[in-house]
Amino acid sequence: MADQIYNAVFVGSIYALFALGFTLVFSVLDILNLAHPAIFTVGAFTALFVMQAGVPAPVALVIAFVVCGLLGVLLDRVAFAPLRRRGAPPLSAMISSIGVALILTRLIQLRYGPDLQAYPAGSVPSGVVELGELQLDALRLVIILVALALMVGLTFLVRRTSLGRQLRALAEDARAARLLGVDVERAIAATFFISAGLGGVAGVLYGFATNSPYSQMGLPFELKAFTVMVVGGMGSIPGALIGAYLLSFGETASLAFLPSELRDAFAFGLLFVVLVVRPNGLLGQKSPDRV
Amino acid sequence: MDDLTDLILTYSTTIGVLGINGLLALSVWLTLYCGQLTLGNAAFMGIAAYSSAILSIRADLPFPLALLAGTLLAGLVSLPLGATVFRLRGVYLAIATLAFGEVIRVAILAIPATGKGQGLVGIPAKTELWHIYLALAVSAYLLARLRLSTIGRAWSAIREDEVAAASQGIAVRRYKLLAFVLGALIAGLAGGLSAHLNFALQPDEFGFARAVQILVFAVVGGIPNVLGPLLGALLFTGLPEILRGLQEYRDIFQGAVLVIVIVYLPRGLVTLFQLRRTRRLQRVGASDVA
Repeated sequence: MADQIYNAVFVGSIYALFALGFTLVFSVLDILNLAHPAIFTVGAFTALFVMQAGVPAPVALVIAFVVCGLLGVLLDRVAFAPLRRRGAPPLSAMISSIGVALILTRLIQLRYGPDLQAYPAGSVPSGVVELGELQLDALRLVIILVALALMVGLTFLVRRTSLGRQLRALAEDARAARLLGVDVERAIAATFFISAGLGGVAGVLYGFATNSPYSQMGLPFELKAFTVMVVGGMGSIPGALIGAYLLSFGETASLAFLPSELRDAFAFGLLFVVLVVRPNGLLGQKSPDRV
Repeated sequence: MDDLTDLILTYSTTIGVLGINGLLALSVWLTLYCGQLTLGNAAFMGIAAYSSAILSIRADLPFPLALLAGTLLAGLVSLPLGATVFRLRGVYLAIATLAFGEVIRVAILAIPATGKGQGLVGIPAKTELWHIYLALAVSAYLLARLRLSTIGRAWSAIREDEVAAASQGIAVRRYKLLAFVLGALIAGLAGGLSAHLNFALQPDEFGFARAVQILVFAVVGGIPNVLGPLLGALLFTGLPEILRGLQEYRDIFQGAVLVIVIVYLPRGLVTLFQLRRTRRLQRVGASDVA
């Protein structure tokens, strides 16, 4: 029982980190960035690449954050900025991001093949933490703590800093934000840096936990992240956090009465029901105020 | 003439797949033409492929009947689904249809008759190339006629401005549902034909990747008329076969073409071939989907 709860917290934390980056871009720009799962995968493989060269795991995590962040900015320049200048509808951007996802995933496959990989032996910290009678996997505990710290950090950034105010203004109305002196392109670049950086970190952490990164590892998370975002309310950051843990606990609980091959049915059934019954989600609002 | 026969024999699988991809591209064109992005056609294809194959194997149903039953089942499922999801718009509609696709994928993995994860084998290979191309020709012709009919004009009106269309007395939800169900029927037909073209079916053939691929055919080819999706299917099925070296880089090629077309040619490749005069009248493309 305790093991299952611990595992649900762990999976929920990965869902949350993944969905936060997804949600941030959606709330600021109304774009569903379908290249996000590919960036998640790039994060795991960036860590693999530098760790094979002898870089320690914590440093690899930071490198992956920066590399993925910069990749996010590049993604925006190539696939989204030209559409924004033309005033194309958000779904054009979504389709364009599918193109980038195809390219990134294939590039990883060309370098590493389609099979499961492993981090160099001994490079990922392992061990057990004893908490009373419980024995907790230390790596997962570290991952949960890192994820929580990043969630708190992002919430602080959006709520309390000048950049956060700019992002919220941008989410409200891009033209008004520009009139009020927000450097819109800079704020958008920051959004993509943070979003992709978080996605990359989520990929590294999940890669560490399973020690089997592979080129398609982002795909299941993409579909789960839809559920997380829709349940919480598209574009709502606290909504994404609640949605992530709700989903992971729901999935764990569903295993009690569903056969394991139907595990995924819970997430997609939930997604479908929420979309039909309450498309604005638990915390979603009708107004465009989202960040 | 012998050379042509040789060519067809050598490439018969590719030619068959090309026709099926053409049907799939047409199936998603319907909803795109009325401005709706749906990603459920891979699932409709899967429903028809599995049900017609099971009917062929287990019930020994003759091929035309199995094909018909599978296609109708896909259409039958699309009716209540469409009635439910067309309350949604934009990304919500895309996500809802994607979720439906996942539910179908999971269902295939859970129902014993489908062979679950191992896939379904031993399907009689009854599909001939002419079946596929007859289906493609008939579908393309019907859609081209529909596009110019009252129904096609209603779809255009909905795409351009839903509120305005509704205020003109167009039953918006009903026309969207019609496009959706017709699309499901065509995707189902493609599924039944493809199941009997090969010996086996795998559940992951009908997942997210397939849904995206179908969308890519139609969007890159272009939405203004039915030639667009056919052109897209031809480009992405044919070119990697002709340029063998491209096989490994297929996704990269596909992704790059997709981004370039969306950015620089938002109404699709088909607009390259249109006259200036008609282009002004038929400005439709991925950038109109909302």
